[in-house]
Amino acid sequence: MLELRGITAGYDPRDPVVRDVYLTVADGEAVGLLGPSGCGKSTLARVAALLHRPTAGTVVIDGEPARGWRHRAPREQRTAFGVVFQQPRQSADPRLRLRDLIAEPLRASGRSRAEAAARVGELAAAVGLSEELLARRPHEVSDGQLQRACLARALVPRPRWLICDEMTAMLDASTTAALVAVVEDYRRESGAGLLVVGHDAALLDRWCDRTVRWSTLVPNKEDASPRKAT
Amino acid sequence: MTVLDVRDLSVRFRMRGGREIAAVTEASFRLGPGECLALVGESGCGKSVLASALLGLLPGNARTEGSALLGDLDLLAADERTLARTVRGRRVGLVPQSPAAHLTPVRTVRSQLEETVRELTGVRGRVLRTAAEAAAERAAFPAGHLDRYPHQLSGGLAQRAATALALVGDAPLLLADEPTTGLDRDLVDRTVDELRRHADAGRALLMITHDLAAAQRIADRVAVMYAGRIVEVADATAFFGAPGPRHPYARGLLDALPERAFTPIPGMPPELGDLPEGCAFAARCPRAAAGCRAVPDLADGVACHHPHPAAEEASRA
Repeated sequence: MLELRGITAGYDPRDPVVRDVYLTVADGEAVGLLGPSGCGKSTLARVAALLHRPTAGTVVIDGEPARGWRHRAPREQRTAFGVVFQQPRQSADPRLRLRDLIAEPLRASGRSRAEAAARVGELAAAVGLSEELLARRPHEVSDGQLQRACLARALVPRPRWLICDEMTAMLDASTTAALVAVVEDYRRESGAGLLVVGHDAALLDRWCDRTVRWSTLVPNKEDASPRKAT
Repeated sequence: MTVLDVRDLSVRFRMRGGREIAAVTEASFRLGPGECLALVGESGCGKSVLASALLGLLPGNARTEGSALLGDLDLLAADERTLARTVRGRRVGLVPQSPAAHLTPVRTVRSQLEETVRELTGVRGRVLRTAAEAAAERAAFPAGHLDRYPHQLSGGLAQRAATALALVGDAPLLLADEPTTGLDRDLVDRTVDELRRHADAGRALLMITHDLAAAQRIADRVAVMYAGRIVEVADATAFFGAPGPRHPYARGLLDALPERAFTPIPGMPPELGDLPEGCAFAARCPRAAAGCRAVPDLADGVACHHPHPAAEEASRA
């Protein structure tokens, strides 16, 4: 079980974006988190993936509280998460060929070259990347193709938990459906839990076991309104 | 009456090593005043290149063929001086893909609006301030936010600021290139409704998008682009409702929506630099047959050898 308990987080301690939020994802469950842009849902997703240190509250992973954030998180906790971000261009090293991009988490955790190559081949087939595309660098592929590689990278260490932050916001309908199918195949095979952050109610309702509205998570309605006027 | 008449527009990019990218191939469509045409397709299918071609903003290694008549002016043949002085902003207004990046970051919205109003309408002096405020008003940009810098605006407000700039010159043609990317559903609806209002005021609107829900909300007609070609042009009501699209690719796109079957089209679009012989969709098409080795012509609104039946045929059958 992945539990967020009383999370308060943000970028300015005097004005947190997320205040005292509780959210639980059960084993193998897919939870959608739905909210307007600027509400703080991506910040919460980063906290859940141990990528952003909250100012208050704890993240409990399978009964054990998180013992650090970002690179200071213990390896077994850090590698329990696979994360896919909204902007593939901003989350892919432009110097790496897609093959190396996908293998990066395995290399970083000291797995052998042969093992990495085998796992990359497996995943590339699952996300629909050909050998020819694997040899290219990010600027030589489309957004959709790069996001496929980023999803493969998230799945490569076989995470127990997947966090998808607006993974499909900039993709067309067909690519969206294809990537969701890959995630669901992985979950069926591995039993991983999933937290999907997005603003498309139709997509989240179709994809997830349950959808949580951001407005029901935050205790005070005024705190939930985006601070920039629309 | 026609505002924009695009005929057999092709764009080729010459790359290093003699390679050629066929970004747009023989695209033809017409657009009348008060009408909205949505150009839809997967990313990388050539939609945005088509928009750049209409504005004369293609890079130096691009070569165009065909014509794009805006009134009696061929946008493809016009020189840079004509385009800069009489077309951009004056006869074609551009609503850009990422408004926050389109606005100048170091100047307030008011200063940018005033500059645009001054350049395009010749208004000077004290009335300039009120003219700029009126321009903001037309795009529903709140006057209280005029003195803000672009980074202080939310996505929705930045979008309206960019729309206000596009409307200043009172251009008969509005070109909206992915105007809703990155916005949430409420803002998409609001942005699209505002664009529709400007079309209803008598402008022709060409909206380029991969967001089918947005296209459904706004468009009178839909043009579907695949691998650089327009493969179907249809009435929006028939396209999104019954009997639905006729081209198998367009059907596949709609079936991928989470509100519908949520099944992707198998495979990926071909590379524009390495298009297959014949119909570019054949490799992914459930209806493909031997005849698909020839490129189908766009006839009766659809470019396919085995299209789904049109409305009248469907009712007859």
